[in-house]
Amino acid sequence: MDRVPILKIGDVLLVSIQVDLEDKTAIQLQEDVADRIVASGAHGVIIDITGLDIVDSFVGRMLSSIAAISRVLGADTVVVGMRPAVAITLVELGLSLEGIQTALNVERGMRILAEARQGPRLHRDERGSTAEAAAPR
Amino acid sequence: MTTVSERGGAPVERTELREILLIAADEDVVHVRQLVRKAAVAAKLSLVDQTKLVTAASELARNTLAYGGGGQVTVEVVDDGRRVGVRAEFVDEGPGIPDIGRAMSDGYTTGGGLGLGLGGARRLVDEFELDTKVSLGTRVTVTKWAR
Repeated sequence: MDRVPILKIGDVLLVSIQVDLEDKTAIQLQEDVADRIVASGAHGVIIDITGLDIVDSFVGRMLSSIAAISRVLGADTVVVGMRPAVAITLVELGLSLEGIQTALNVERGMRILAEARQGPRLHRDERGSTAEAAAPR
Repeated sequence: MTTVSERGGAPVERTELREILLIAADEDVVHVRQLVRKAAVAAKLSLVDQTKLVTAASELARNTLAYGGGGQVTVEVVDDGRRVGVRAEFVDEGPGIPDIGRAMSDGYTTGGGLGLGLGGARRLVDEFELDTKVSLGTRVTVTKWAR
């Protein structure tokens, strides 16, 4: 069985799915991501599906569960790189990818995760310093 | 025998591309996707239509495995004289579907999935035919035509 590699970049885990996913591989991936979040203390997960030429209801459910599991473990998930034909098919299939944040590519996904990380920090700092909010992106 | 059929009818001519695959294990779902993709490319379906058909086939192959206890698929490039398309026929000798109306509706599942398999697959293809008989088995035939 193929196993999907998980890379760590800063406090973000990058999961790049490059194989035609067998159901077993997808289930294994959920466990691997959960383990890596706990082991690394990552605050974000990016799942790159550029390599997937279809997303059916099983893979869609797998993506939703990874996002839900990550959230429980304190990490945000962004799915990036969906092909146009896959997006069109998903909508027609009726799959809403509930609870999943999406972005066009890895770079934008990283930005979403960075912003999510800054949000709560700004909230805690209520003595007036908004320097972080004004910082250029 | 209960049958659900949509826009079926016109007789079609089978072309030489015709393959049968057994669906007996998890990895066979991947093989079905690859075979259907090959046929869709041969029939010159657009990329979006290829993606829709392969996704539908993936849902149906998983149904054959999960609910039918395994079975087989016949994938062929067909020609009705006006256009070329791909037809995939999934057959199992499982328990059959007692309540087709419910099985076709989104969100209904007895297998712990999302319940999008049958209804979702129907939306992704041009023709959809379902024959099922309780305790004898189920046959689902889908066709997608090149535009």
